[in-house]
Parts: sequence; C-alpha cells; structure tokens
Amino acid sequence: MKAAPFEYVRAGSIGEACEVLQREGDAVKVVAGGQSLIPMMAMRLVRPGWLLDINEIAALKFVAMDKDAVRIGACTRQSTVERDQELAARVPLLRQALAWVGHIQTRNRGTIGGSIVHADPCAELPLVARVLGARMVLRSTAAARTVEADAFFSGPMMTATDANECLEEVQWPAWGERRTGSAFTEISNRHGDFAMVSAAAQLSLGDDGRCVRAAFGLGGMGQTPLAFPQLAQRLVGTRLEDEIVKSVAHDAAAQSDPGSDLFATAAYRRHLAGVLAARVISAAHAQAGSKG
Amino acid sequence: MSEELYPIEVEVNGVQRTARVPARLSLVDWLREDLRLTGTHVGCEHGICGACSVMLDGEPVRSCLMFAFQANGHRVTTVEGLAQPDGSMSVLQDSFCQAHALQCGYCTPGMLIAAQGLLNTNPRPTDLQIREAIGGNLCRCTGYQQIVDAVKQAASRLSKETAS
Repeated sequence: MKAAPFEYVRAGSIGEACEVLQREGDAVKVVAGGQSLIPMMAMRLVRPGWLLDINEIAALKFVAMDKDAVRIGACTRQSTVERDQELAARVPLLRQALAWVGHIQTRNRGTIGGSIVHADPCAELPLVARVLGARMVLRSTAAARTVEADAFFSGPMMTATDANECLEEVQWPAWGERRTGSAFTEISNRHGDFAMVSAAAQLSLGDDGRCVRAAFGLGGMGQTPLAFPQLAQRLVGTRLEDEIVKSVAHDAAAQSDPGSDLFATAAYRRHLAGVLAARVISAAHAQAGSKG
Repeated sequence: MSEELYPIEVEVNGVQRTARVPARLSLVDWLREDLRLTGTHVGCEHGICGACSVMLDGEPVRSCLMFAFQANGHRVTTVEGLAQPDGSMSVLQDSFCQAHALQCGYCTPGMLIAAQGLLNTNPRPTDLQIREAIGGNLCRCTGYQQIVDAVKQAASRLSKETAS
C-alpha cells in the first residue's frame, strides 16, 4: 500500500502549474486534496510520472458571489464551502450534498475542484454540477475556456479536461426565484461510503404554488451523473401532485442504464432511483412551499 | 534505488522538525518511522479506517492520504500532542479511560483526534454531532456507545472547568 515513485513539483501559481502540464502532458497528475488520488496511488491503480501539487496556490482558494452564480476556486476545501453561510443561502443544494461527501477528516482536505475533475459517477459534487448546470473554467498556458457540465463529464472518471489544462474554478448557478427549495439524498452501505444511488433536485414555485422551474438528477445510474431536463420540464406548471412526481421519477429510473456490482444489482439501483428521485422532488417542493 | 529527497520543515506537536524525504513517503510513515511518534496508528492506508487521523493546522485529516512533503510549512498535532504539558492525560483522554471507551486501542488515537477536533469547534455537542464527528473512524471492539459517552463526559467536564 505504498505509492510507486514519482517526481514531485509544488506549483506556486496557476501559470507555473500550466507550464508543467504543457511540458509533461499525460505523465502528470494534479493533486489537490488527494482524497481519491492518493488511495488510488497507494493501491497502484494510478502511477503518475509527475505529481503536480496545487495546494499552495492561494489564487485557487476563494468563494466569490456573482450576480447569477457563485464562483469557487478549484482548490477550495470542501469544509470551507460547507461552513459558508452566504453560499448555503445562494446554492443550498451544494451545502446539502456536501454533508454526504466522505467524513469531516476527508472534507477538511478534499477540494471542490478535485471532486469535479475526478468525476466519479457515484460522487455527490459532480451530480450537483450536472443538475444545476455548473460551468468549469479550464486553463492552459495558451488560454482559458469554460465548459458546461453536460459536456464536461464524458465517462467514469473522464472529463473534457485536456492533458495540458488545469481546472481553475467552478461556477455554480444561483437561482433568483424567492420560493426555491432543494434536496439531496443517497443510499450507501454506511454514511460516508460511495453511494449506490444518489438523487438531487431543485425547484421553484410561483406565488400561486405552481412549479415555475425544476431540475433533478441521479448519481450512480450510469457512466456519468445524469440530469433529466426534459422530464423536469414536465413538472413546470403543475402543483407537483404525487402522481406527476412519481411518474417523472419512474421515467427517469427507466431511462437510466445502471450496472451491477458487489453492492447492488442494476434492478435494485433502478428501484432506488425511482424512490429517491420522487423523494428529493417532494422534499424540495416542501422546502420551497415553506417560503410562503 | 535512490530516490530524490525533498527538504521539509514541519511543526509537529509544537516542535519545529526538518527532514529530507522521498516524495512518496506518506505523512503517517514519516511521523511513525522517522520521528518515532508511534501514537498515530496506521490501519488501512487508503483513507477508510481513520486510525491515522492527525490535526493539520488544527483540523482533523487522514495522515495516510497526505505525503509528508505536503505538510511542509504546516502545523501537525498527533495524539502525543493532546496530552498536558507535564505528560499527563488530557480531560478527553482521561474520559476515554473513565468511560471504557477503548478495548484493543487501535482506533483510539484517531478517535481522540476526531473528538478533539469536534470539541475545539463545538464545546457542547449533541449525541448526533458526536456520532457524525467519529463517523469516519472504525472501531471493531466497543460498538461506539462508550466512545460517545466518553466524548459527552469530556464536554461536560471541560465546560465545568471553564465555568469555575
């Protein structure tokens, strides 16, 4: 359980990190919190030639409130974000999801950007990014570009990040509607373990109690976290009665193609997905409704 | 095989330590093997069991999920650093004894670090908050109940000390 030898470089700035990536390309793994990468190195599932440490780059650690989004620096610790009250008010789904990410010891070290680029299809933050339509800012020595979540997650542990690029920040859309509610839940063997299935929803109500905006998604149900914008659209205009919620949740589960493993069969995952999707939509509805 | 060595300077339990370490040396191996601070235990070596928990700049982290060089310029507190300056046990450590919160003792250093991390930010935790705080630490002996009792006892003793 010891990592194979590698060359280590501690980057002092984003520019310096990009230069190393430009020069060494695929041989480099960027380490932020290392809460997924370092176990994989210990098990020798990953043997990078170079480890590029971005933990000391102060410019990658920030939470900034913009008008329509909250921007979070890639190397911002999960526990820092979890404790941010203003962020919790503006992107409540992110705070709700973080409570399910590992444990206090791993959130003190784990980062927002690290979880996003690791792109585990069962992980919480990629699911929230997909449901809310987060935008990832990728920087190389030449330029910076922004990639939407639906194009960013391309497969299990695979993203649109090129070998010469480093994730710089994640922009999380903040919904302006006053009566907005959100919910996150998952089923795992023990709290803090990898989720068999996770579900997230966010929706807004108009003054008449009808749904005016909706988004929801499922984790652990395919190669990437899944969002269901067309099904969510069916909720808009309704009063989110039980029948429509159950029907939409059932269709989302039916459209997914989960795998089987030691912990759960595909059939069990699909069953969970229908139950959990309905549960988060109803919980988000109740929360939005409480903001009379 | 000769691997490149990287110079590091880390404050460990209040003492400034310097060393030259290979990049792949984990923080827990450096603490145990080189500094001989064997209070911190190494269990699973991939971030599941919590036995290797230490404080990094005052916050609990897993020392098997960090390389020693990543602690360069930072402050580390191990279970040895929780004791009183004269070497006697802290209130939390003593509460673990009083409440029979350990049997084989393997998980204990990690439990103490997790519980101390909780008490530092939340001096009057609820049972649920205690369970959440130690949720990342596996114990195969106690069934956890006595550990929860010990943390509650420590919180109560510490609040009386503060009040008097």
